[in-house]
Amino acid sequence: MRRVVITGAGTVNALGLDVPSTLKAMAEGKNGISELQFRDVDRLSIKIGGQIHDWDAEGRFNRQQMALYDRFTQFTLVAAQQAISQSGLEFVGDLALRSGVVLGTSGGGLTTQDDNYRMVYEEGKNRVHPFVVPKLMNNAATSHVSMEYNLKGPCFTVATACASSNHAMGQAFNMVRHGVATAMVTGGSESMLCFGGVKAWEGLRVMSKDACRPFSLTRNGMVQGEGAAVFVFEDYDHAKARGAEILAEVIGFAMTSDASDIVMPSKQGAARAISGAIQDARINASDIGYINAHGTGTAANDKTECAAVADALGAHADNIMISSTKSMHGHLIGGTGAVELLACIMALRDGIIAPTINYEEPDPECALDVVPNEARDAKVDVVISNAFAFGGLNAVLALRKAP
Amino acid sequence: MSQDVKEKIIEIIAEQAVLDPADVSLDQSLEDLGIDSLGLVESIFAIEETFDITVPFNANEPEQSEFDISSVAAIVSAVEALIADQKA
Repeated sequence: MRRVVITGAGTVNALGLDVPSTLKAMAEGKNGISELQFRDVDRLSIKIGGQIHDWDAEGRFNRQQMALYDRFTQFTLVAAQQAISQSGLEFVGDLALRSGVVLGTSGGGLTTQDDNYRMVYEEGKNRVHPFVVPKLMNNAATSHVSMEYNLKGPCFTVATACASSNHAMGQAFNMVRHGVATAMVTGGSESMLCFGGVKAWEGLRVMSKDACRPFSLTRNGMVQGEGAAVFVFEDYDHAKARGAEILAEVIGFAMTSDASDIVMPSKQGAARAISGAIQDARINASDIGYINAHGTGTAANDKTECAAVADALGAHADNIMISSTKSMHGHLIGGTGAVELLACIMALRDGIIAPTINYEEPDPECALDVVPNEARDAKVDVVISNAFAFGGLNAVLALRKAP
Repeated sequence: MSQDVKEKIIEIIAEQAVLDPADVSLDQSLEDLGIDSLGLVESIFAIEETFDITVPFNANEPEQSEFDISSVAAIVSAVEALIADQKA
């Protein structure tokens, strides 16, 4: 088995349009949630989200590109550009053939679907733009990254709702680890903040109207976000030989299914995924210093997650820090694990633990150190990142400080 | 208690519980009837559609909701109040 390291990172999200500004915002405990702005928002009962307001799509892409890039693809391409440029890799010759792209998304080109359904149903038009299908398909972002950077190896898109990008990064990790690929561009993207996207979520009645307050007794639901984060996972020997800067090492991954309920999470399924990642990484639970929580801010997730962490880590659960950065950037659904991996890298590299903001009151059912409201300086060597999806699909990654 | 509202709500709840409306009584809770959190959210949706009202309900804090769901009778009164408020 080969060692796998991260040699590039990029992001756009409500906290910032690149990695440095996002990490700065996380360290400052900045709130990226704001009033939603899009057509028909007045017909929604949920009017807040982690929306990217200063996104100048026309300034970033030309007319031909705009015709093909849904917002989730645009986010992906900008994040991928940052990550690949940081890695310094140029995909030519054998490296191009041995490198690929695995990205997560849940809704894919949902804005494109929303706009075009509105046009044919509400406005009664009988003709749509010829590129609607290649623009809305879930693999559009993966394919455009592959085309843009000449990545000719394994490329596909993973859709497991809120765990999509953790599942995607897990696949990328294992491909490099098992020698199938030399480098993989991986992460995830989501752009569900449109009328139809938010309207569908309203129906479940799990969204908060005012704020995302993970682990706080006063929490009253999740808040959606949008954006992308993309990483370059690379064979350690390859990265070392070319003197690349290493951000962190990926050491373990596990996935499980609750096989119980389509929306209610299970403690056992989550705990098995955490234990599985620890085992896969060949570490002890006591090595873990920080957990980036799934921490959605719903009643059900947060107490189940804390119970699962307590089960999987035993007494060591009381020593670790666990925080949910969704309180700041919102829940990016299929892209969330990718943006949250940035908080893991910040913990390992910079020794800064991102806080759980909006924390008001302790919940006896979430009695862990949730790093309330203010970031903390701490030296941690091993971190894990949780993602537990609707449908009961769980994916947990383990990372270690750069070798 | 309006007969019409009561009957329609019992119909909605009976359908969720897969029971005959005659087997649903006013003093029963949704739990008694075997309706889980998904069934509750679906029932509220059906109530909103049937009476053309908006029911204030957040699944994260059902006990803090202004909408009393402690029994079938409580739901009927709450819906009557909402109809009076929203249709006035």
